[in-house]
Amino acid sequence: MTSTTVAAPVGRSPARAAVRRFRKHPAAVVSLVFIGLVVLAAIFARPLSGHDPNAIDLLSARSGPSGAHLLGTDSTGRDVLSRLLFAGRISLGVGIASAAIAVVVGTLLGSIAGLLGGWVDGLVMRLADVFMSFPSLVVIVVVAGILGPSVLTMVIAIGLFQWPVCGRIVRGVTLSLREQEFVLAARATGAGPLWLMRKHIIPAALPPVSVVATLAVAQAIALEATLSFLGLGVQPPAASWGNMLTDAQSLTVIRSEPWLWLSPGIAVALTVLAVNFIGDGLRDAVDPRSAS
Amino acid sequence: MAAFLVRRLSINVLVFFLITIAIFALVHKTPGDPIAMQIPADQLNSSSAEFIAQKRAELGLDQSLPVQYWHWLTNALQGNLGVSLLNGRPVTEVLGERIGPTVELMGVGLLISLLIAFPLGILAARRRNSWLDYGATVVSLGSVSIPVFFVALIVIYVFTLKFQWFPSSGISDPTNPSLLNTLHHLVLPAVILGFGNSGPFMRYVRSSMITELGADYVRTANAKGAPPTRVVLRHAFRNSLIPVLTVIAANLPQLLAGAVVIEQVFAWPGMGQLAVSAVNQHDYSVIVGFALLIAILVLVSNLLADVLYTVVDPRVRLR
Repeated sequence: MTSTTVAAPVGRSPARAAVRRFRKHPAAVVSLVFIGLVVLAAIFARPLSGHDPNAIDLLSARSGPSGAHLLGTDSTGRDVLSRLLFAGRISLGVGIASAAIAVVVGTLLGSIAGLLGGWVDGLVMRLADVFMSFPSLVVIVVVAGILGPSVLTMVIAIGLFQWPVCGRIVRGVTLSLREQEFVLAARATGAGPLWLMRKHIIPAALPPVSVVATLAVAQAIALEATLSFLGLGVQPPAASWGNMLTDAQSLTVIRSEPWLWLSPGIAVALTVLAVNFIGDGLRDAVDPRSAS
Repeated sequence: MAAFLVRRLSINVLVFFLITIAIFALVHKTPGDPIAMQIPADQLNSSSAEFIAQKRAELGLDQSLPVQYWHWLTNALQGNLGVSLLNGRPVTEVLGERIGPTVELMGVGLLISLLIAFPLGILAARRRNSWLDYGATVVSLGSVSIPVFFVALIVIYVFTLKFQWFPSSGISDPTNPSLLNTLHHLVLPAVILGFGNSGPFMRYVRSSMITELGADYVRTANAKGAPPTRVVLRHAFRNSLIPVLTVIAANLPQLLAGAVVIEQVFAWPGMGQLAVSAVNQHDYSVIVGFALLIAILVLVSNLLADVLYTVVDPRVRLR
């Protein structure tokens, strides 16, 4: 029995073909390694930094990079490197959590719209249009202004504004699956909508959804940084790449203490760029037609 | 075409009402009791429950929520958005004086983003998979990935502090508010806003041009010997504009999001700066006014996208 089930030729499965195509995308591979390092640095922030990110040391405030503080210190003498590493946890966490919300809501609403069709489909798709047409940053500014800034509100709001992309893809997959014979067969034998979602829709939608999820992570990290920069996201003393730059809104800081704003800025830019490249590589990997 | 537009218009109006309900719900969430805000604390303590009830009735707070919503909406649509909690000036006035600078920044920013996106997008489409195409992709990914505020800090460091070419604060010099001075102040914020928004536009121009360049009529034009530049610019480019124009109109709200951040960094006295400072100072009536204005902007740009779609492309009228 075992000999017949392993008949699939090694290296020809869709997943392996996708991995092979991904590896042909040099920028995506480099980015994947880079993100791996960023994740490790965030996980091992404490042993790597050697400083408490919130320890105030007024005597060595605003000092440039040195042996004791590799990336210098901020206006209250906190070590910039350790704040950078701990901020990585928040930025990656917010990015992944928001993208997860977007994927869950999008998959649920997308498959409901596709399976039920009719006015439900119309309603869900109009809703998607509305969410897509609003600039999430501006809406979150307003919501944070009234409900008060909090990381939880921010994660939920970012996630809610990202679901339509995923929702449309899942709906499209559902619509094309609905007419397939094996799905008709499943329905004929009494499969309910939940079964269809779990066994047929989600596995089929996974490749394209993984692409939009990756791009959503990148977008969420950039949004979190921007909101925290404006003082509406992660609140001090907790460090985030965005709020580390809030200090740099005066010309004197920009001029005389570039280490304060260069390192967190480069961290956000490189991370977002790398996640976007991974998304690009994934797109080419799961959909050979889009590869140039 | 008329039926299509009427349908889109009615959907937009419906959406606008749903959004005003959401905004009204947020208004209700605002901290602070409206009565306590109007009456000094010592009087509030001494006054009877009867007096408070009378005051509530005067403000209409004793009525049902739908009635309160209706009052709020009719007032808001007539431009009565209350007064700023900070300085007592009417919200409409406070918002009104900020619209001009933001429109100026967004308009010039949009122009710059198109000046970047069109040439790069067309060239990338003509020379697919060349180094130029890859370069354009990297520029577009960079413009999407690098946060606007970080670009702004680098640009200020280089062009304001090192070279001292451009100012980085305010809309003009108060002592010399000439047109030239205003333009001088506009350069850095507008270029950054334009660069930040050029990425998505460029990708649309590129993919739209690729579609058109592969069309039969382009092959016909080439076959009859039309000059290549003419084929690209007069034949393919004009048709590729149809989807791109719609995307540009639909992206206007996204441009505003960029403006919010840039106004903050460059102390540009526009709506974004007003909104962020209103949020930091808990000026709720200004925040609500700003939210309404955004809702109107989003719906108008959606409608504009729909109208452009039907006006530019006669084939849509068949629907």
